[in-house]
Amino acid sequence: MELLTEVRWTPYAVGIGIGILSWFSFLISREPISCSTSFARASGGIERLFRGKKVELKPYYQEIKLVVGWQGILVLGIIIGSLISALLSGDFHWQWVPSLWASAFGNSPVLRVIIALIGGVFLGFGARWAGGCTSGHGISGTLQLAVSSWISAICFFIGGILMTQFLFKVIA
Amino acid sequence: MQTKESDRSPLIWGLIFGILFGFFLQKGGATKYDVIIGQLLLSDFTVLKIMLSAVLTGMIGIYLMKTLGWIKLNLKSGSMGSNIIGGLIFGVGFAVLGYCPGTIAGAIGNGYLDALVGGLAGILIGTGIFAALYPRLKTGILKKGDFGNLTLPQLFKVNDWVVVVPVAVLICLLLIWLERFGL
Repeated sequence: MELLTEVRWTPYAVGIGIGILSWFSFLISREPISCSTSFARASGGIERLFRGKKVELKPYYQEIKLVVGWQGILVLGIIIGSLISALLSGDFHWQWVPSLWASAFGNSPVLRVIIALIGGVFLGFGARWAGGCTSGHGISGTLQLAVSSWISAICFFIGGILMTQFLFKVIA
Repeated sequence: MQTKESDRSPLIWGLIFGILFGFFLQKGGATKYDVIIGQLLLSDFTVLKIMLSAVLTGMIGIYLMKTLGWIKLNLKSGSMGSNIIGGLIFGVGFAVLGYCPGTIAGAIGNGYLDALVGGLAGILIGTGIFAALYPRLKTGILKKGDFGNLTLPQLFKVNDWVVVVPVAVLICLLLIWLERFGL
């Protein structure tokens, strides 16, 4: 049981664990592990609270359907699983500003939250444009050898590496 | 985009798989901004090692089960306009936010408030903007260079294993190379 209280596992143990998880996800639920559709559904669901049923008629929500679904529950599970892991190892703590961010851009929580929000807009928009994220394309799609997912995953990292260089080498 | 078959499969399994996935991500350090940005700065290769070993393990198992007729693949269809442009926009967001949609859920579980207050709100706004623009994008840019549901073995018109084996070998070599250079 010491394994469960360790703060970090090797990336290989974690990766193999996620790979095996993907077998069972296919076998039992016939579905790859993916996340970003649920955020689009949540976004539509929140809009529906304010603007009513007509939101469901938007063509995009006609396609993905505004339901919680298996994948929404999966995302909820990720929060719980991470919380359990962090609590077991004593790695849970409230934090506004990550240390690497602080070393480059300072300790202001307000600045960090504003930039995180802007990053989130691009991330959510890009995930829907590409039809998936680091889980759906990056892991589940590439392991099925999907052409769409290999192209997307490579572009995630090209865009990510270039933008990070710009942020940390040019702006900071 | 197809109606998802999984929406009818027992939700309890979604919860169980999600808890395990979140547990693994946290144990791997992938719920942390510093680890994800470390990867994009090419100074910490944890994220790539997790992804490549997951793809290696997953691919072999999935294609074995496919060959045995136990499962069917569940692919995302794609196009150049969708995957390249969307992928690059996603990458910019990935760098600015420092989390992705899966790891941000893990980051929230880890207690990271920049993820909960800033990042999550941003993602919901971003997906909402996409939904609003979708009617205009759907038949234009998103269909540019459409190739539909396609796997690499189908693209090369070969048996699945002709691709699976070399990809597995390449991933192993890349991981060995990363370790050898102390990355």
